[in-house]
Amino acid sequence: MKTIDLVRTGVRNTFRSRARTTLTVLAIFVGAFTLTITSGLGTGINRYIDDTVAAIGGGDVLTVTKVADEDFDPTDTSPQEYDPNAVTTGDGIARTSIEMMTQDDLDAIGDVDDILDVEPITPAQVDYVSHDDGTRYTATVSALTPGQTVQTTAGAEPENGTTQFQISLPPTYVEPLGFDDDTDAIGATLTIAVTDGAFEQHTVDAEIVGVTEETLAGPGGASLIANQALQDELVTLQSTGLPDDQLDQWAQATATFDPELTPDEVDALKEGLADEGFSGTTTADTLGAFTTVIDTIVLILNAFAGIALLAAGFGIVNTLLMSVQERTREIGLMKAMGMSSGRVFGLFSIEAVFIGFLGSAIGVITAMIVGTAVSGLLAGALLANLPGLTLIAFDPITIGVTILVIMAVAFLAGTLPAARAARKDPVDALRYE
Amino acid sequence: MLDPLGADTQGAAIISVRDVEKTYGSGAGRFDALRGVSLDIREGESLAIVGKSGSGKSTLMHVLALLDEPTAGTVLLDRRNAKELRSSELNRARNKTFGFVFQQFFLTPTQTVLENVMLPLTIAGMPNRARRAQAMAALEQLELADKAKNKATDLSGGQKQRVVIARALVNHPRIIFADEPTGNLDTATGRTVEDILFTLNREQGITLVIVTHDDDLAARCDRRIQIQDGRILEEATR
Ligand SMILES: Nc1ncnc2c1ncn2[C@@H]1O[C@H](COP(=O)(O)OP(=O)(O)O)[C@@H](O)[C@H]1O
Ligand SMILES: [Mg+2]
Repeated sequence: MKTIDLVRTGVRNTFRSRARTTLTVLAIFVGAFTLTITSGLGTGINRYIDDTVAAIGGGDVLTVTKVADEDFDPTDTSPQEYDPNAVTTGDGIARTSIEMMTQDDLDAIGDVDDILDVEPITPAQVDYVSHDDGTRYTATVSALTPGQTVQTTAGAEPENGTTQFQISLPPTYVEPLGFDDDTDAIGATLTIAVTDGAFEQHTVDAEIVGVTEETLAGPGGASLIANQALQDELVTLQSTGLPDDQLDQWAQATATFDPELTPDEVDALKEGLADEGFSGTTTADTLGAFTTVIDTIVLILNAFAGIALLAAGFGIVNTLLMSVQERTREIGLMKAMGMSSGRVFGLFSIEAVFIGFLGSAIGVITAMIVGTAVSGLLAGALLANLPGLTLIAFDPITIGVTILVIMAVAFLAGTLPAARAARKDPVDALRYE
Repeated sequence: MLDPLGADTQGAAIISVRDVEKTYGSGAGRFDALRGVSLDIREGESLAIVGKSGSGKSTLMHVLALLDEPTAGTVLLDRRNAKELRSSELNRARNKTFGFVFQQFFLTPTQTVLENVMLPLTIAGMPNRARRAQAMAALEQLELADKAKNKATDLSGGQKQRVVIARALVNHPRIIFADEPTGNLDTATGRTVEDILFTLNREQGITLVIVTHDDDLAARCDRRIQIQDGRILEEATR
């Protein structure tokens, strides 16, 4: 029998017992639908993270801290011995211990191969911000590290090349500060208060130039973003009157490296830093942790879909075993007329694969329609705060792989019945009542 | 090698069996269906295998048609030992050399008459257009051309058996094996089907091997072999 006839016959046979085929297809449909939705979630969220990384930029920047204690166990919650130079960040199992860095440390970082430039990160400890003598709100203010950018919903990002004081607000500050909407805030004046080393409070006025978009992992998170001039001013004010030994100490520094470096070379660079007692992380590292979590969740969800598919696989075995039993005489007749065992095997395998194809194609298409509708609805409501996030997204490769994998599962499920059909003895089959 | 048996041969032996035994089961359930049968089937003859029900007629026919392997003894197809045939050669022989007519028809109910008749050609891998033409020719020969598009289940018993004969001869076989071809038909329809088979034998030289317990049908054959308890009881030539 020619392959085309084999396929044609196999496909036709699929529809011979319509109810049975429909039920089996339905079982596969459920598995395929679930698998498509769950991997669609993974695709959607990871694509959003990738887009965010691309928007943030800073691919050639490392955030460097000094590791305080090599034996530091982040899961140990018992009290730590006091170290005047150590800062413990985070709480519980998330805490890490770092040591303040001095100019010597910065020089040491600068001496590591492939590091082009080092800048200390000086946080401004802001007391409050207010607009037009209105309510005072606590806030964190930070500057963008080189290479970083932020998305704005109104106005522009603070400009570093100017001596004017500029600042941008996260959207949560717009209404509390007394603005009608995002555009209303642009151009207004924000008063920022800091306390110096002698416990005297100073205020600085800055122009609001933008409202930042709330993103999953934007630079600074929910903090206000100052331009370099404002940041320098705030730091200078708060450092006034500080004892010398507390000046020029930094918890973090940013190190710029050659953007041409390959990921392996970046890893080598991090190892070089680690040898000197520093820890360096890129933006990608920070978000990589996110991606890993998402991937793990999606993997677990996919495992559930896999179980559904496994059950559907047994459905195929059952359906085809019944078909083989029912068509014993037909198989015997075909073998008596010279059809080879291999072709008989092929005939039933094609039936299995076709059932798999039907179930997966219908399941995948339905999942794409439902998934697109659901993420459309969510984007307008629940996820309106995360613009640009398509919760369930589909990429052709994943979709294609899903269908192929399900067809492969169907083929595997079909091997047992198909082999049973192929082994049938024509005489036994013809005598079969 | 085989020495020719009778001198009165119509032609060379297509199939020869020597001392063929067939045993089903083992131990207490053991049953000897064939107990040493030797027989030649000659090109162009018509041979009737007769005997009581359960005597081993169908078993012998299956062995002759290379559908079943004997427990002991040899089967020769064109002087070649069937045991030495590769499975592709065996399949080719079943497809091209033999045609089958069964008492229970064995038509696929979901397919059309034409598709049923085409089956041996489809299995042989003949292109669609050619096999349709050849199957239509076979149906015309049996005056069933107008039924080509019907479902096989929509036909009467006699029509079904004519479809089965059309399927048996569609690939121009050298032998047609018929196991009780008239067993499910009334006498008149049975006669028509017999006439068709003997016409094929006479006009196209197709060898006939007919299993039957109908003495009238057996009497129309060139040669008849009576089987009893798995042995040839007597052989008679017309
Ligand atoms: N697969 C089998 N297992 C056991 N016994 C069988 C089998 N096939 C046939 N037989 C027995 O072999 C004997 C001959 O069967 P068969 O050749 O079909 O007889 P006939 O065609 O002459 O009626 C019968 O008694 C039958 O019961
Ligand atoms: Mg019989």
